[in-house]
Amino acid sequence: MTTQPTSVVEVRDVRKEFGESSDRLVALQDIDLTIRSGEFISLIGPSGCGKSTLLRLIGDLTTPTSGSITVNGRSARQARLGREYGMVFQAPVLMDWRTVQKNVELPLEVMGFDKAQREQRSKAMLDLVELGDFGRTHPWQLSGGMQQRVAIARALAFDPKLLLMDEPFGALDEMTRERMNLELMRIWRQTGTTIVFVTHSIPEAVFLSTRVVVMSARPGRISRIVEIDLPQPRTVETREHERYFEHVTTVREALRRHEGSDGPPDEAEIMQIRAEGLA
Amino acid sequence: MATQATASVALRSSERTAPAALGRRTRLLAILGLLVLLLVVWEGAKWIGGDPWRLHGSVLGIRIDYEHFPPLKWRIATDLALPHVWDIVGAFAQPAQRNGPPLGQVLLGNAVFTFGEALVGFAIGATLGLALGIAFTQSRTAERAFVPYVVASQTVPIVAIAPLVVIFLPVGWLAVAIIAAYLTFFPVTMGALRGLRSADPRAVELMRSYAGSPRQILWKLRLPAALPYLFASLRIAASASVVGAIIGELPSGIPYGLGSSILNFKQYYVSGPSKLWATIIVAALLGLVFVGLVRAAEALISRGRYRRIDT
Amino acid sequence: MTTFAGRRPASFGFRTRARDLAPVVAVFIVGIVLWEVVLGVLGVKQFLLPRPSVIFASLLSEWGTLVEGLRYTAIEAIGGLAIGSVVALLTAFATARWVLARETLVPVAIAANSMPIIAFAPITNNWFGSENAASRMTIVAVMVFFPIMVNTVRGLTNVDASAIELMRSYAASDFEVLRRLRIPNALPYILTAFRIATTLAVIGAVIGEYFGGPRQALGIYITGEATLFRFANAWAAILMACALGIGLYVIVVLAERVLLPWHASGARGEPR
Repeated sequence: MTTQPTSVVEVRDVRKEFGESSDRLVALQDIDLTIRSGEFISLIGPSGCGKSTLLRLIGDLTTPTSGSITVNGRSARQARLGREYGMVFQAPVLMDWRTVQKNVELPLEVMGFDKAQREQRSKAMLDLVELGDFGRTHPWQLSGGMQQRVAIARALAFDPKLLLMDEPFGALDEMTRERMNLELMRIWRQTGTTIVFVTHSIPEAVFLSTRVVVMSARPGRISRIVEIDLPQPRTVETREHERYFEHVTTVREALRRHEGSDGPPDEAEIMQIRAEGLA
Repeated sequence: MATQATASVALRSSERTAPAALGRRTRLLAILGLLVLLLVVWEGAKWIGGDPWRLHGSVLGIRIDYEHFPPLKWRIATDLALPHVWDIVGAFAQPAQRNGPPLGQVLLGNAVFTFGEALVGFAIGATLGLALGIAFTQSRTAERAFVPYVVASQTVPIVAIAPLVVIFLPVGWLAVAIIAAYLTFFPVTMGALRGLRSADPRAVELMRSYAGSPRQILWKLRLPAALPYLFASLRIAASASVVGAIIGELPSGIPYGLGSSILNFKQYYVSGPSKLWATIIVAALLGLVFVGLVRAAEALISRGRYRRIDT
Repeated sequence: MTTFAGRRPASFGFRTRARDLAPVVAVFIVGIVLWEVVLGVLGVKQFLLPRPSVIFASLLSEWGTLVEGLRYTAIEAIGGLAIGSVVALLTAFATARWVLARETLVPVAIAANSMPIIAFAPITNNWFGSENAASRMTIVAVMVFFPIMVNTVRGLTNVDASAIELMRSYAASDFEVLRRLRIPNALPYILTAFRIATTLAVIGAVIGEYFGGPRQALGIYITGEATLFRFANAWAAILMACALGIGLYVIVVLAERVLLPWHASGARGEPR
């Protein structure tokens, strides 16, 4: 994998609003972010800070009200049409009626890969996520963690340069989550993909990332970017590293300073969450 | 994490489709447009392939003399098979029988009579359906044993049962109500079963942790959870009960009700095709009205507490 | 509702199936025995509800006529089912595509379904002639059209929003989304609708015949025999009609097993 110093994603002065004129909700405001190739960026913040919205803006699943987003030098839309990124959601969103292998092959079918290529790639991806023997099973026969691994395999199947992940491990238990974090680090090292990762978990963000983008709510903006200079590769030992705890504290304080507490969502935040769901 | 979970639950349990993109007024206009389209096609077919048009008369003081000879001859578009829309409408105002009251009045009276039978049948069938649903929820064995028969019961053509029921019960309209109940209890059973089962198993466990009895679980948890499904099935049951009532009236020989009107006007179809069409329209409207009543009842009872399940 | 990964289907082992069937068979046997014994002992108005043995005897003696009647009525039911379902599926695909069509046609279809379509039987008899099977086929076709159309539209549109976003992230065309997502998603809905439709088809055919039909039709036979107080024959014919309904229903259930092996469908589909 060659590390190019060029930026993969450029978010310039982005603003995102939802709703009609009377109850306009400003989801994101003054967002400037540069993501370099090969980085692992976490977006973290309280509910309603717009981190999922920002992810979806990068993925051209919604468009900014103002400002620009470029991915690999092209507009977000062109990047999507050019199939340059993969997405993983919190729910695996696998298709019950397909086997695991066929699920991984889904994007390849849509993108017109031929049969031999599809089989080769899906097998390679399933091996990568260590589910090589499960190609013929169905999603419902797998545990939550395994399903997410299939979702990751699917997202990487067409070798995208950019991987967008929206709290992919949020529904898993703590132990599985930590194991998946290690898995993800291994996959990241092997593929060299740039990853943008939304999470609610401070330890997870610090463990996985090269940089943590701390966001605040109402309106959503970037309050601080924390460089995580922990050694690579990240392993089980990383969690014992003294700098690890320092970074966790830094991030936690950054979150607390710019936001009261992560209380229950208020009406505006519920509207945002709904709007994000339907946009 | 909680809010994300809420969001994903919201996506799962609420409508996944985009919310209704059309306003209510637009939808109403579009439906009216559809009706107009139907009328245009109806009369258009008669214009192209029906019997000769000979309209001589006055409408609202305007004299109309119109004659038209359609170029084609379609059997379905003759005046006998497909009366003019205005003839059907006009038939309501004319006497149904010589020197009798206007057809509209007769049909209204008969519709009310049939509605009564349907209502009684609906009540019986809905109660039975709910009872069966509850019974099947409590006992899995009972469900396995009897559900196939419940399903099979609907394949038995009621028209055959009807004469037997009528003979058994000398009270004519009750027999018809029983037949209506026969068609009603099946959808309600299925709806009740589905609805009662839909209660969140975690909520059931919560009730058990309060040492709640099965009866309390039923009343406080399963029945409220079942309401949307129950109402969805009650809407189907409402239209089924009207069908059952009309069909039940056919062999019963009762001189009242829409069923007897249908038989009557069918027999004398050649002398007045519009009358049969008018009767069928009234029967259709009766079905719609009954379903509308159930919807209204649902709106009243639910009062926005849950999202309606559309069927 | 889509079934996205996370639910387990009913187990399909043979032993489980035997266990499922046992209560049904038990009830059947007990029911028949009770019927035979009770009526024999009480001597109830037997001419209305004859003992099973008597009905069985009629079944044998009238076998030829009954089979002929079954064949005729089956043609009406299956023919109407075929026509109605094809039209319904095509309409549903066309309707699901455009919001305007969806929001008008679906409520209209639901409303139209509230109407007693069987009441149109005299009209179709007038159009096609009461001896013509096409008359009943039309009624059946209209009766099955609405549930199939509405359910298909639901199945095509009730898709997980995340799944659509996923397809969009692949820059999939609308056709790809239809082919790979909406149609497989709709299959359970469509087959559920067919379960209802098969019952309606038989009812529509037989009751439609009451308004008029050729002598060999099952419905005509039933009411004819009933009028002549030959109830054993009437019941034997009713059994034939039942068999037709159950047969069609079973075909749908088998189709479900084949087409949807992944789906915990049927009345047992909900999470326990």
